[in-house]
Parts: sequence; C-alpha cells; structure tokens
Amino acid sequence: MRFRLMALPRALAVLCVSVAGLVAGALVVVSALLMLVGIGWFLFPPAVALLRGVADLARRLVRLAGVEVERPYGEESGTISLLKARSTWRDLLWAFLDPAIGTWAAALALGMPLFGVYGVAVQPFVWKANERAGGTNSYGVIHVTSTATALAAIPVGFLMIAFGLYIGVPLLHLRARWSADLLGSSRTSRLERRVESLAETRADSVGAQAAELRRIERDLHDGAQARLVSLGMSLGAAERLFDEDPEAARRLVTAARDTSSKALDELRDLVRGVHPPVLADRGLADAIRASALDSLVDAEVSADLPGRPSLPVESAVYFAVNELLTNAAKHVGPAAEVRIRLGYRDGVLSCDVVDNGDGGADPADGTGLRGIESRLAVFDGTLTVDSPVGGPTHVRLEVPCAISSA
Amino acid sequence: MRDQLRVVLAEDLFLLRDGLVRMLTENGFTVVAAVDNGPSLRKALIDEQPDIAVVDVRLPPSFTDEGLQEAIEARRRQPGFPVLVLSQYVEQLYARELLADGEGAIGYLLKDRVFNTEQFVEAVRSVARGGTAMDPQVVAKLLSRGDARGRTSELTPRERDVLELMAAGRSNAAISQQLTISTSAVTKHIAAIFGKLELPNTDDDNRRVLAVLSYLNR
Repeated sequence: MRFRLMALPRALAVLCVSVAGLVAGALVVVSALLMLVGIGWFLFPPAVALLRGVADLARRLVRLAGVEVERPYGEESGTISLLKARSTWRDLLWAFLDPAIGTWAAALALGMPLFGVYGVAVQPFVWKANERAGGTNSYGVIHVTSTATALAAIPVGFLMIAFGLYIGVPLLHLRARWSADLLGSSRTSRLERRVESLAETRADSVGAQAAELRRIERDLHDGAQARLVSLGMSLGAAERLFDEDPEAARRLVTAARDTSSKALDELRDLVRGVHPPVLADRGLADAIRASALDSLVDAEVSADLPGRPSLPVESAVYFAVNELLTNAAKHVGPAAEVRIRLGYRDGVLSCDVVDNGDGGADPADGTGLRGIESRLAVFDGTLTVDSPVGGPTHVRLEVPCAISSA
Repeated sequence: MRDQLRVVLAEDLFLLRDGLVRMLTENGFTVVAAVDNGPSLRKALIDEQPDIAVVDVRLPPSFTDEGLQEAIEARRRQPGFPVLVLSQYVEQLYARELLADGEGAIGYLLKDRVFNTEQFVEAVRSVARGGTAMDPQVVAKLLSRGDARGRTSELTPRERDVLELMAAGRSNAAISQQLTISTSAVTKHIAAIFGKLELPNTDDDNRRVLAVLSYLNR
C-alpha cells in the first residue's frame, strides 16, 4: 500500500522534471541559436550541464520505477565536444518528446486518485456553492444537482482512488521504459564502448598469452631441456667408463636416473601451470577440490553445475580460484577455512569464495586480484570483492558462458 | 608360490607397457593380460580374476581418469582387491579417493618410480599382500598439510622421518635400511609416534599404515 501511495509523489516529480526538462531543453536550443552571434559559445556548456542535471533527476525517477538506465555521458566538456556528443542531442530529444509522449501516464497516475479524493471529500461540500455561483457540477458521469447525486458520487470517488492507485505503479513503469530509451545510451554508443572494451581485453589477453609462452619457453630451456643435456652427457661419460671403471660408470648412470626424474618433475610442474590434470580429467569442481588439498587451506567446495563450461572458461575460473586460495593461505595462514560455491544461473557461471580471514582486501592494490580481473575480462567476466575490515572476505566471480547439460 | 602372482596390466603407451611386462615377468610375476584401454581392462579383470592390477590413471578412449575409475569400480565389486595405480602426476584428490574405502591393498605411484626396479617390484608385492604403497610426493604433501595444522608438532625430526616412510608403505626393514638405524629403533619410534598421535597401535603393519594415512588425511 505504502508502495502504491508513493506512486503519487513520484508521478508529481515526473511531471515537474518534465517541465524542468522543457525549460532546460529550450535554454539549450536558444543558446545554440545564440552561437550565431557569438555569446552562445559561452552559454551553451552551462545550458547543457543544466539539461544533464535534469536528465539525471529523470534517470533517478526511472530507476525508482524499476527500470535500469545508465548515464550515457563521457568526458566531453568543451562547447564543440558537447555539440558533437550524441548524448546532448538525445537529451534534447528527450526533453521535447518525453512530455509529449508520456505526460498522460504520469498525469493519470497522479490525477485519478486526486480526482477521487475530490469526489469523496470535497465535492459533497462545495457542489451547492458552486451551483449557486452558476457553475455546472459534474463528477465523472454523474451530474451533481442534489444531495442524492452528491452522495452517489462518493463511491464513484472511492472507485477512482482505488483504480488510480492500482494502475499508478504500472503506468509509471511503462512511462519509465519509454524515457529510458532516450535517457540511456544509444545503441551506437553502447556498441562503441563494447568495441573499446573488447579491443582492450583482447590486447590484454594477447599480451598475457605472449608472456605465458615466454615463461613456458624459459622454464623448458632452464629446466627440462638443461636436465636432458646433462643426462645425455652423463650417459656419454658412462659409456666411455664402462670398461675401465665400471663403478664410476654405475654412479653416473644412477645420477642420470635422478636427473631424468627431476626433468620429469619439472615437466609436470609446467603442465600443471598450463593445463592441470584434474581439470582435464574431471572439470572445475574436482580441480578446485584438488588444488584446495594442495594449498594447505581447509576448503569446502560445493558445486551445482549442469555440465562443463568450455575449456577456456573452466581454465580461467580455475586459475582465478587458485589465486584466491593462494591469497587465503598467505594472508590467513594455515587456519584458513575457505568455502567455495560454484553455481550456474541464467547463463552465468558464478563462483563464491569466502574465507574466515580479517578482511581488508583491496582489489585496487593487489596484483593478484588485478590479474584475475583481466583473466576474466576476456570472457566478460567480473570480479567483486567484499572485504570489510574484520572479515570475512567474500569474492565473487561471474562469467557469462554456455553450459550444455550433459 | 608367492612369486606366481597373476597381474593384469593396463597402460596405453606401448613402450612403457612392454617394459613393465618384461620387468614384472623377470621378477617372477605372471602377466595374464596387458591391455591399453579402459573397457579391455574391465573385461580382463572380470575374465582373469588376477591377484593384482597395475593400472595407469589416464587411459583411452576418454583419456581422462578412466583407469582410476576402473580401479575404484573393481574394488567396489571386490572390496580389498589389490590395485597399484600409476600416473604421470600424483594428485592428493585421487590418493584420497583410492584410500577412501579404508581397505588397504592400494598403491598410487608416479610412473618414474618404475626406474627403481627393486623398489617398484617390492611395492607391487606389498600391495598384493594387502599393503599400501603411496608415492613419496603424496606422503610429503600429506605431511606438510599435517605440519601446517600442527598435527605432527610433537614428533621429533627422526620420528617424522619414520612416519614419512611408514606412511608411504615401507616395511620396518626398509625403513631401518634407509635411515640406517636398527629395526628395534624403528619399532620404538613407531610406538612413540602412535602414542603421540593418540592412534591405536597394532601389530598389523597394513592397519597401521592406513591409520596413519587417514590421520594425516583428516
């Protein structure tokens, strides 16, 4: 009920903002025209700023009505850039079109209940005076000429109030949806921003990939490759020594065996860092369980996935969680208890990681968290960190992806 | 008779399979079937009723953990059926799953361990006898986990060494040889370990190892 009643002041506010929008829009147009005589160059930016202020108010009302709308403005501030900005013209269009298209909705949401109140509470007392003054009294379909008709108008008034309140919220919602079309970003600017972010994440991911390849190359070069060289040398020396000093040859062969074990160890570590075996075998949930077992923290992993996401997504989420486990082990210590929950809803894979630490983690100053962010950004994934001082730290990863139920 | 153990081997890499067959045969085992994929492994286990299976974790056709799944499945059909699992990688998760039924007669080793014929053959025999052979890497991880939780803080360094070898499934004799201490010293250390960890000590070696592993796995 309270919610329905709140529709009244909101409708009033919508009407006021519409009027303010008209005024501000007119000022923008006038200042644009005044550019012909010069002075408009100075008047235009403040006029646009005013219009933007009004449009921002309108956006808040749109959001109150339950419709998402984003602020479409960029960095522009100079006269020229403001003139060029698509959002300026869309705001202007909103200022003039929105009242024309949508005023009736707000007016109805506000007017019906008010007219109902008039019929119930005011009209029975004023109809006589009104008639004496020579006016005509009609209340809706009822022509009020007697006490009987005045009383008959009262239930009609109640009906008006009820109906007005009933349709008020949906009306404002409808109206907000229309307004949001012009108040939000245009399709073109949304696409422009999308292209921008894609170019950025692509550059990041290409860079990360190149760095990863370099790391692998270096690891192979310094590790397994070097060990194999030394292995070959030991075996060569052993071959020469077999006849004259079998004991020394045997020692060399034993050393060669150890070296080959070490080379295998290094190759294993390398593969683990590229494509962990459990992830390949079992998928995300078990891979996370396995890495929790390895990371010395106590982790409780629960998963509710209808199948397996694509390999790149799996791998990105796996390494992200790995990083978080490492963080927990580092900051909270062996007493760390981590709860990890994997879920999939509405095309979004989510992973919540909650630890029992003291909190205070800041994504801005942790290179680890930054790394996770850019790893996920490639898939339009996001990282949200909620880490109040005193804990607990709650990190949520979300990656839109397709999972076909197997 | 002890040495006439009948083995089913599953390994998809020809060179390794061949080498293992030769090594096992040379050491007195009878390899009744050497297969290279999961379905054949299952069939061989049912048809041949071997004394022990030596199984690679990753097998065709899926090239995931098919071998491991077959091993666990075989032990479900026949609890305590001896299986030695070989892998290019050891995973704590898989070790945990293999140990989960608490039956013993289980081994989980890195493939590199076959380099040391003596120890490898000993591991196969021990698993066939109902013993446990956990890879040193698994045990090291388990211990560092136990250390991080302060579960081993009361042990002396020597006792910790003994615990590490014991958890891997090594016999008292092997432990005494490796640490160059007497067998009676090993027995004494083990008694001390079980006292400090508040585990019931038994004379049954296999039970003892399982008790230690499940304590560390907790």
